[in-house]
Amino acid sequence: MQKTVNQKAWFLVLPVLVLVAFSAVIPLMTVVNYSVQDTFGNNQFFWNGIGWFKDLLDSERMWDALRRQFVFSAIILAIEIPLGVFVALNMPKKGVWVSVCLVLMSLPLLIPWNVVGTIWQIFGRVDIGLLGYTLDKLGISYNYTQDFFAAWATLIVMDVWHWTSLVALLAYAGLQSIPDAYYQAAKIDQASRWKVFRYIELPKMAGVLMIAILLRFMDSFMIYTEPFVVTGGGPGNATTFLSIDLVKMALGQFDLGPAAAFSIMYFLVILLISWVFYTVMTNLDKRDGPR
Amino acid sequence: MAKITLDNLAHSYLPNPKSEDDFALKELNHDWVDGEAYALLGASGCGKSTLLNIISGLLHPSQGRILFNDVDVTDAPTAQRNIAQVFQFPVVYDTMTVRENLAFPLRNRGADPAYIAQRVSQIAAMIGMEAELDRKARGLTADSKQKISLGRGMVREDVNALLFDEPLTVIDPHMKWELRTQLKSLHHEFGHTMIYVTHDQTEALTFADKVVVMYDGRVVQIGTPQELFERPAHTFVGYFIGSPGMNLFDASVEGPRATIGGVSFDLDAAYRPKGGSVQIGVRPEFIRLGSDNGLPARITRVEDVGRHKIVRLDVQGNAVSAIAAEGAAIPTDTTRIAFDPRGVNVYADDWRVKAEGGLA
Repeated sequence: MQKTVNQKAWFLVLPVLVLVAFSAVIPLMTVVNYSVQDTFGNNQFFWNGIGWFKDLLDSERMWDALRRQFVFSAIILAIEIPLGVFVALNMPKKGVWVSVCLVLMSLPLLIPWNVVGTIWQIFGRVDIGLLGYTLDKLGISYNYTQDFFAAWATLIVMDVWHWTSLVALLAYAGLQSIPDAYYQAAKIDQASRWKVFRYIELPKMAGVLMIAILLRFMDSFMIYTEPFVVTGGGPGNATTFLSIDLVKMALGQFDLGPAAAFSIMYFLVILLISWVFYTVMTNLDKRDGPR
Repeated sequence: MAKITLDNLAHSYLPNPKSEDDFALKELNHDWVDGEAYALLGASGCGKSTLLNIISGLLHPSQGRILFNDVDVTDAPTAQRNIAQVFQFPVVYDTMTVRENLAFPLRNRGADPAYIAQRVSQIAAMIGMEAELDRKARGLTADSKQKISLGRGMVREDVNALLFDEPLTVIDPHMKWELRTQLKSLHHEFGHTMIYVTHDQTEALTFADKVVVMYDGRVVQIGTPQELFERPAHTFVGYFIGSPGMNLFDASVEGPRATIGGVSFDLDAAYRPKGGSVQIGVRPEFIRLGSDNGLPARITRVEDVGRHKIVRLDVQGNAVSAIAAEGAAIPTDTTRIAFDPRGVNVYADDWRVKAEGGLA
């Protein structure tokens, strides 16, 4: 059968192209535009080539923030993923307590970021905060505005409190999808509790856990509001993560060019990591083979 | 290997069962003789799997006891009962190779590696998966996965009993036949007590020495395939076993005389059904077509199924089936049907009535 050629169909794609252009491409291009120019005000711009990028790669400040960011994300993942799985394994499988658990676990997820920050900011204060006051009275030196370790500990505990439920809920969904027959067969085969976890539960959760790791990594890598509210990036630069540094640069110092270069680098790092995750995940699927 | 005794066993999935209807498995006393192959036959949802799971310890019965060789194991966990069970849908450990899957039950019991290797290769040969031993179980077809499940069930030699819960549902028809034959030869070789749950009568009749027919949570008959065919103890057995099932006629029976729809005829023995609704059951194999005596009938359809012909008749508004041998001419002037007295059973309230002083 002869197919009729009709190029008019391209017009149907146009609305999407326009939408994407305004929502993503044009804003991104303005950033690219700033990143290769310099200005002394008065809306006068000068071509600077890749100068800002060179500066950025030489910048001790940026590398420090990036290192802190990776350390923070790594610690968060190392705690939240195993803890979330542990919580999911111990949640009831059926009965009224399921709903109770689910609601309680969802609560932290529903609180706005800056409120979470405020809660912990007050909670940890030595003068009026329950946590800070108690620790102080117990003779434990704790002051997140002064002490490097206390500041990090507060942010990590806060993030664990805020987000472990998400991992637990995802892992729980994975666990619920395992048919009873698997547990029954394991009993018949006399598998130990550890083997049930290792050979039944973990493989069945692998898919959702990858998603949980991806989500938690991206979120913690882009974290801004909570540390901004609690520590403001301090003491010193101890908790100045990438996004806090970026905002300081772009809005505090109004260094548009370096900030734009910074943004692009930030974006590329996230893109790269997402791509790595995506590749790993699709390879996991391939290992599954045809069903 | 063990004799398994069910003593006053019953189970309800409800916490506080009130009436008999609340029980998924109604009270049951039975000995599973050591070394016999049983088939547990019944329609879906009749309590077959419940019974199986109680024997293997996956379910705790609401009442009664289970004894293995006269030792009470009612409260013993599955692991202590040393039972192998294969489920309806394949259960394989995805991240393990086929070899590791087969070795898993033996490894968990700390068996000797040389012995494990030898058993695994035997079982692999039996299920025809020697070539795939070193590939991951993930991604195999449902067929192969179920073969692995079967293999895992058979790999231990010292089990008290082998339980199969409709294990061949997902398997290809030709492979079904082969695996069933394998199971049977395994039974002959090792003499395990085997209980095989199925809703397929052919499977039950070819596999088992004794068939246990369940209906609505109750065991209605235990017998050899021949007994089930000739003397169904319950109308359900008559209807469920046989293709097509037994024909049932509302009747009144007075000693050796029976009357169906105003037509009376002689039985080969005297029956005294005590009240209830009385029915006469005749398998299609025992219905004779003719024009001289018996019930008035009209042929509605003749189906040729190869080995024989199934004749569908209308008898006083009821559908009745008869079987005529292949090649036998169907009398075109059939206006009446008669029963071969050997194949007539009398039922009162669905249960078979024994003949007086006659056969069992």
